[in-house]
Amino acid sequence: MSEEAAIPEVSGVGLVETQYVELFTAEQPLRLDSGATLGPVTLAYETYGELNEAHTNAILICHALSGDAHVAGVHAGDDRPGWWDGFIGPGRAIDTNHHFVICSNVVGGCAGSTGPASTDPTTGRPYGLHFPMVTVADMVRAQAALMDHLGITRLRSVIGGSVGGMQALQWTLDYPERVESCVIIAATARLSAQNIAFNAVSRQAIMTDPEFYDGRYQDHDAIPRSGLAVARMMAHITYLSEEGLQDKFGRALQDRERVSYGFDRDFAVESYLHYQGSKFVQRFDANTYLYFTKAMDYFDPFPDEATAATALAPVECDFFVCSFTTDWRFHSSRSKELVRLLLRHRKHVAYQEFASPHGHDSFLLDLPAYKATLKTFLDRRAGVVS
Amino acid sequence: MSFPPLRRDQRHVFELIPPGSRVLDLGCGDGALLAALCDRRGVSGYGVEIDEGCIRTCIGRGLAVMQEDIDHGLASHPDGGYDYVILSQTLQATHNPRRLLQEMARVGKASVVSFPNFGHWRIRLDLLLRGRMPKADFLPYEWYDTPNIHLCTVADFEDLVRAEGLTVDRRLLLDRRGDAYASARLPNLRASAAVYLLRH
Repeated sequence: MSEEAAIPEVSGVGLVETQYVELFTAEQPLRLDSGATLGPVTLAYETYGELNEAHTNAILICHALSGDAHVAGVHAGDDRPGWWDGFIGPGRAIDTNHHFVICSNVVGGCAGSTGPASTDPTTGRPYGLHFPMVTVADMVRAQAALMDHLGITRLRSVIGGSVGGMQALQWTLDYPERVESCVIIAATARLSAQNIAFNAVSRQAIMTDPEFYDGRYQDHDAIPRSGLAVARMMAHITYLSEEGLQDKFGRALQDRERVSYGFDRDFAVESYLHYQGSKFVQRFDANTYLYFTKAMDYFDPFPDEATAATALAPVECDFFVCSFTTDWRFHSSRSKELVRLLLRHRKHVAYQEFASPHGHDSFLLDLPAYKATLKTFLDRRAGVVS
Repeated sequence: MSFPPLRRDQRHVFELIPPGSRVLDLGCGDGALLAALCDRRGVSGYGVEIDEGCIRTCIGRGLAVMQEDIDHGLASHPDGGYDYVILSQTLQATHNPRRLLQEMARVGKASVVSFPNFGHWRIRLDLLLRGRMPKADFLPYEWYDTPNIHLCTVADFEDLVRAEGLTVDRRLLLDRRGDAYASARLPNLRASAAVYLLRH
């Protein structure tokens, strides 16, 4: 009881623990799209709620670029809730009274799953850039192995925002018989030139940092801090809307009454971005950033109509696609493009655009209409009439 | 599963749609008609709606529904993608009814359109005697807050249908309670609303 009392009230699922499982070995490696193999592969994952006897109530959440397996609840000794805590728990949008919820850190990640910072068994040193290229389909293949491990053959739903939405879409294509429904939030079936351009600049910032050492920075006891921070700062701007930044900061000055006529961080928005950058560096691996952005760039499951027709032919799941009015990183028009494609191929798809001033980041935020529709969609999958 | 009761005009639309059709319902509202068509007629249905709460209700009914403004056209929908396109009590609230009818003809093989008849004798009398913008039980709004910006009469609508080269396959003239008149006498004067089945 005393332990329970220590759990902050904000969390719906309470105290949780990250678990780890080795799913592939050197002998039976994960086969990657590039033709390379990877083994051993460990995935870090968390689960919430109870898997029912028939194993029919599982929902997989796919995290975005900077996410991890810790979606909800709190870890012992750390009162920061998971990155989507407000959405998960009894009575919440992803209601743990009805669903068994799983999230794993994707392969190539840096939050417990095998990635470029892991030790390469052939050299005894971190993989660095010798880590094989991992695609969105590779991430999904590893997640499917985790579902096998958990005894889940069919998912009630696969849900993801941003690059997590790409994974969710990929699930429906690669494992059509295993997916009942799919929620694709603030995502796209392919990056635009502008999206790729942003990713390219992020990577350049990291790779030109003198502390990068061709990806071998661990061997030099170094971290390409400034490069990774700049990458994050720039990306962060693209996650917010002009309106959102203006409302939050405007031209407010930081800790001063007047401008310095120098190169200090005069403006509050500068200070905020620096804070975001330095906070990110503490928890995220620069090489993983390179790999993930590249996986996003490569993602294009429907390069032409014929490929789309073949890929979608066996897909029977219910799609729910949604986007946010001020998201310009993955604009609503990109979500609509996906919806139109699914419509052309006669898939069951619902689409809603939610009003929000918070840009791409909206998908993480506590917006009542968004949460209500998500809950309605998922409750229905569980046979709950709202 | 229980079904919410359909409005009378929706029941007429329901009856016009053959089982197993592919249907696009424009301005599908809370999805009652579409859900009834899907569940009872084995229709493969798709809804378009702009209201957030209605979209959520539709999703709760398991409908495929898209939040979109039909005034911006039907670009999301492929040519000839549907057997029937339904526009129920919505035509008069659109910015460009003519373009919408053209778009409906593009995406569907047939259309079902229902609208209130501004030629009804009570409407005519209202303007004549009171000199005020007409109101009726089927047109209850004040002139300044009405969603109905392109009201028309049965005769007006048929002019447009002819001009667009569409064919009237069926026409139902409804009385104030929403029941269909048996005779087609003085349609423009007697009908409170009309339901058309148009072939493209």
